[in-house]
Amino acid sequence: MAEAMPHAALTKDAPVAAAWEPRIVAFLCYWCSYTGADAAGTARLKYPPNVDVIRVMCSGRIDPELVTAALAKGADGVMVCGCHIGDCHYIAGNHKTMARMPLVARALAQLGIAPGRFVHEWVSAAEGDKFAALVDRVTRQVRRLGPLDWPRRMRERGVPGGRGLSPWSEP
Amino acid sequence: MTGPAPAERERHRIGMYWAAGCGGCDMSLLEIGPHLLELVDAADVVLWPCVADFKYRDVAGYPDGHIDVCFVNGAVRNSEEEEVARLLRKKSRTLVAYGACAIEGGVPALASLGAVEPLFDAVYRDNPSIDNPAGTLPRTSTETPHGPLHLPSFYRQVLRLRDVVEVDYQIPGCPPQAPQVWSVVQAVLNGGVPAKGDGRKVGCDDKSVCDTCAREKRHVRISGFKRPHEAVPEPGWCLLEQGFLCMGPATRGGCGALCLKASLPCRGCYGPSGTAEDQGMAMIGALGSILDATTEERARELVAQVVDPVGTFYRFSLASSHLKGGRAEGRGAP
Repeated sequence: MAEAMPHAALTKDAPVAAAWEPRIVAFLCYWCSYTGADAAGTARLKYPPNVDVIRVMCSGRIDPELVTAALAKGADGVMVCGCHIGDCHYIAGNHKTMARMPLVARALAQLGIAPGRFVHEWVSAAEGDKFAALVDRVTRQVRRLGPLDWPRRMRERGVPGGRGLSPWSEP
Repeated sequence: MTGPAPAERERHRIGMYWAAGCGGCDMSLLEIGPHLLELVDAADVVLWPCVADFKYRDVAGYPDGHIDVCFVNGAVRNSEEEEVARLLRKKSRTLVAYGACAIEGGVPALASLGAVEPLFDAVYRDNPSIDNPAGTLPRTSTETPHGPLHLPSFYRQVLRLRDVVEVDYQIPGCPPQAPQVWSVVQAVLNGGVPAKGDGRKVGCDDKSVCDTCAREKRHVRISGFKRPHEAVPEPGWCLLEQGFLCMGPATRGGCGALCLKASLPCRGCYGPSGTAEDQGMAMIGALGSILDATTEERARELVAQVVDPVGTFYRFSLASSHLKGGRAEGRGAP
């Protein structure tokens, strides 16, 4: 159902501005950030429903390719959250995250993705309030930026092909 | 398809076409050296604009499936290249994408990072070696006293060959290395490969360049980045560990680690290795595991030393990457 809701607004005839809701993919590590998101839930904290959570065992396991794949397939924003440095369940998994994500951010900026669309933060298992505030902030800033809708933008530039992109049409 | 298959005929028919590329691929086919004589003994060249005068109308006159194997090098950047790619697809039993540009966009694909207008300005107006006081730009149609003249239209994005037509095989490399090329050509001539290969990569390895690199890995973390002109690397030691940005871990092998033998870091021309889809992000993933940083501050300091991440990590594969370099927002957005 979550699949149908935000994207129904992106079909050709729908008035995009009126019905569009940001769709944000959040990669959360199992030990801290996902538990933090869980804590936000059990504490009944309110935050926008625009985040699709993908749980991974460790933020160090989040291949940067997943970030670009999410954006290319239609996400409006991507969040990457892991344990604070020093708290990693696997001792140093998040050291890899900490080295990768600033480089991912720089590459995305060069590739023409507005900086507000990619967020990397540490969220501990106790920081439910931080997670709720973070989702709130990211949803607001992505909403301000408007739909990314990369597949449509690529079609407009005449790019066909790849998974999730529409077929080639004569310019 | 019409006419007998190559097995029933004495001679094969092969072609080589040059789209948006530098011509290095055509040279690399010549690099097979004396084997060229064996090639022309076994096959008729029915299209190779680089070495002989062929017209598009000659090709259009061939029956469908006339060319047994057609190699296409270069990316698809304008309507002419697309039209010829479609024509060659129709006229060829087996269509082979030859070289980095045809397979992943190659260096030309980096132009997708900007809009067409500034690109035209740079090439036709602001270039110091250009004398164009009237600021004339190419147009697709121009009226002359003798009637209208037409030029191909320029695309906003650099496309791969397989974005436009079905591709049977792909030979990676910038350019593909001669021994690999010859082994593929031999297999083709001996009928050792099926006509349809579903875009399979041939003339290369599945594993990364590191797998064939002879340099010693000392398991040292990177404590700072250097560019090749800034320092002389220690012979025999992994360049990445020395701080030279070597694309080896994220790049398909098959070249025999040629650049590494010349003490130059791998630039990534064979495209993403193994199961990776997006070479640049795969490289960022690899780099993140080997930086000498235990604090966020230090990590940020180190990655700030990487000059031009996209130009370095996607030097040959932008058109094949997830985001394809098509700017949506910010400077250069359409």
